[in-house]
Amino acid sequence: MTAEGEAAGYGSRGAALAAGARAAVGAPAVVLAASYVGFGALVRSVDWSLGMGMLSTGIAFALPGQIVALEMAHTGASLLLIATAVALTNFRLMPMTLVLMGRLRDPEAPRWWPYVLAHLIAVTSWLVALQKAPRLPVRERTPFVFGFGVTIWLVTLCATAAGFVLHDSVPALVSLGLVFLTPLYFFLMMVADLRQRARVLAMASGAAIGPPLHLLTPEWGLVLSGVAAGSIAFGLDRLIDARAARRADRAPDGEDPGDV
Amino acid sequence: MSDALAAILTGAAVTYGWRWLGTTLAGRLRSDSAFMRWCGCVAHGLLAALIARMVVLPVGPLEGTPLAARLGGVAVALVVFFALGRNILLAVMAGAGALVGWVWLGWP
Repeated sequence: MTAEGEAAGYGSRGAALAAGARAAVGAPAVVLAASYVGFGALVRSVDWSLGMGMLSTGIAFALPGQIVALEMAHTGASLLLIATAVALTNFRLMPMTLVLMGRLRDPEAPRWWPYVLAHLIAVTSWLVALQKAPRLPVRERTPFVFGFGVTIWLVTLCATAAGFVLHDSVPALVSLGLVFLTPLYFFLMMVADLRQRARVLAMASGAAIGPPLHLLTPEWGLVLSGVAAGSIAFGLDRLIDARAARRADRAPDGEDPGDV
Repeated sequence: MSDALAAILTGAAVTYGWRWLGTTLAGRLRSDSAFMRWCGCVAHGLLAALIARMVVLPVGPLEGTPLAARLGGVAVALVVFFALGRNILLAVMAGAGALVGWVWLGWP
């Protein structure tokens, strides 16, 4: 056992699960509920059924990919293109899960358990799990994350249904606002996360080339924009790094290269 | 099978695929390699392109709203976000409210 194993926890797996559920009820649930209300309204606005909306939330449980699949199916893209776009959009889940699972490893848990837990890993639960789990005893980590994740998951299912119903029962003007919640939420989530230069570059180039490429080719627009914007950002980021390194080489006597 | 169902199942399978791979590879792969960073850039670029398209060239009911109202809503959300200590919930509601108000007032 590691030193972390001695950390003070909730006393049992059951108590850790309940604590995870309690942690989810509050700010994370409210913000996520608002964004999934937007998704529910969006589902209604493109004439999908409530069951389709709930199914999407239940089995995908990653809003960006859900929106991509909905928008692309609505504009008539092929399944292959939808799969490509969703794969690119949700790629982040892979390194996220990879990093988190490495810290949740519980030698007593059955082998299939992490694969169940993995379905509940989305941005919100991931951030909380990374912050909280390492401070718990090893055997209480996955129950806590599971309790948190399942609660968030149930909240998003309810919110999807609520948005769907609200879309028709509120004035048309208000339902415009509900549908608009989704792009706003994504936009702010990205803005909140703009600490790395490469991401700022990717976001700026994606926003700049996204609409014109969509006009050029509605089917391929999204995938092409992502690959182009991402590659531009990645290349620029490396170029800036290389320049900074060269400048640092030329000014070895302690000058601040950022000041030139 | 309807187009919607096929799209949902495809999207969900691909999404779980990444979670599955991450779980399988946990502890065996570095998450800060150049390839992983390129993938991160592509994911951000794609998401930004999608948001820009949803605001500038929306499909569905937002199509009938003025572009200025949508851009105005985004601007209001951004200002509220930073003015109120990065509160996403209030910012999102303010932005949506701004769009609704703009359309209600019948501004161009």
